[in-house]
Amino acid sequence: MAGEERRVKIEIKNVVKEYHGDHGTTVALNGVNLNILENEFVCVVGPSGCGKSTLLNVLAGLHEATSGECFLDGKRIEGTGVERGVVFQQYALFPWQTVIQNVMFGPQMKRLPKAECQEIARKYIKMVGLEDFENSYPKELSGGMKQRVAIARAYANNPEVLLMDEPFGALDAQTRAQLQTELLKTWEQEKKTCFFITHDVDEAVLLAQRVVIMSARPGRIKRVVDIDIPYPRDQATKNDPRFMELKAEIWNEVYQEYLEVRK
Amino acid sequence: MNDQKKKIVISDKVWLLISFLVALAVWYMLSIGEKTGRSFPFAPSVFEGLKTMVERDALFSDFCSSMLSVIMGFGLGFLTALPMAFLMAWYTPVRKIIEPWINFIRNIPALAYAPLIVIMLGIGRTPSVVLIWICTFMTMCVTIFHGIRNIDNTLVKAARVLGANDVDIFFRITLPATVPFILTAVRLGLSAALTTLLAAESTGARAGLGMRIRTLQTTFETNAMLGYIILIGIIGTLLSILTDKIERRLTSWQEKREG
Repeated sequence: MAGEERRVKIEIKNVVKEYHGDHGTTVALNGVNLNILENEFVCVVGPSGCGKSTLLNVLAGLHEATSGECFLDGKRIEGTGVERGVVFQQYALFPWQTVIQNVMFGPQMKRLPKAECQEIARKYIKMVGLEDFENSYPKELSGGMKQRVAIARAYANNPEVLLMDEPFGALDAQTRAQLQTELLKTWEQEKKTCFFITHDVDEAVLLAQRVVIMSARPGRIKRVVDIDIPYPRDQATKNDPRFMELKAEIWNEVYQEYLEVRK
Repeated sequence: MNDQKKKIVISDKVWLLISFLVALAVWYMLSIGEKTGRSFPFAPSVFEGLKTMVERDALFSDFCSSMLSVIMGFGLGFLTALPMAFLMAWYTPVRKIIEPWINFIRNIPALAYAPLIVIMLGIGRTPSVVLIWICTFMTMCVTIFHGIRNIDNTLVKAARVLGANDVDIFFRITLPATVPFILTAVRLGLSAALTTLLAAESTGARAGLGMRIRTLQTTFETNAMLGYIILIGIIGTLLSILTDKIERRLTSWQEKREG
């Protein structure tokens, strides 16, 4: 690694998460350790059921770890916090609110004056290019547009960390590519710490500085791969020989894990 | 030769008219039958019957009396069902204790226990209102409760991570997400109130559409009786159209449903 000084933003220490259901105990995470640096873009890949969403939920404060701890800037994470924005795969827009009302939600929860909330909302709606849809309801938008609104809504709270749970998983290939490019651009400008979960290895290698491969049952980190492809990146990066090399390597590991799960 | 078949498009309004005419025809056929005619006199006779009731100063007071009972019983039902539904959704013991009994009583015809209410509360409007209250409460409570339980948990999570506290979540997420179910409950509740009317006014009421239908029964005045029955149907239809309109206005944000 280059000797640049980068602060640890998120520290995940020995996190174990068990679920107690009717059919006994499921271990979703079994001792996960990971440091995420400030402004870093980390992608987590792994077969479904490897606990990657659980890990995100623990970081978001939506689930409590059975044991182990997470720290943000050295402070123990307990419960949700506005410094950690979350983007969900299912968009989770409030259907009874217009685009601008959705994006304003976070600032409103901070009890900012209405005019200021609107101003902030407009800024981020513009960032995702939906100025003309400010007063539309979610049902009038396509999947890609909905996810743009969700991203704008997360940004409007000015979080220090963005937690994204397969945000593009439900989109078609073209929309997905477009949103990846947009996200890269935004990240290069705003440099927020991004923790991004995906099952798409292409997506992970394209976006991330580091890709975390998780193994399933019980979920733990198998390997962390540095993606040494310089930014700015875009869809053309996918033709880079280094990209293909890394992608093949990671893909093989994930596929082995998938086969493990199927056994 | 194999040209497109001519498609005749009939608008909904025309269909409604056709349906109305078909019903009129069936009604007419019934009215000229020897036996059926006694129970189903045709429109002019029914109209005459209702006119007689107006002359007896009965129709208007019956209508007002019933509507007052319906409004009071439904109002009480709504005001109690709404908080109870939330309590059931939030507190498992409340649900576990109450839900089975709501489902048990719901299946018993109100007519069966109406006398018990009258014996308890005496004659007059009170037992009618209480009976309608019980029936509308059960219907609406169950409907709203299931609505609250069906709220998409991701929305609550999304609000939480954006900094919403419990009060914010109630007013900004739970309540608006429940509105469609509350409106469905209102529709079902109103319908329950009308169907309970006869039972509610079966014993001891001094006026009312339901009470009048029973008294007309003893004098075999089928003309007026059928008129009253149709009147209840019309009131029900109008109320349902009204709730539809309100529903469309308040829940236009919903993804399109079939139908």
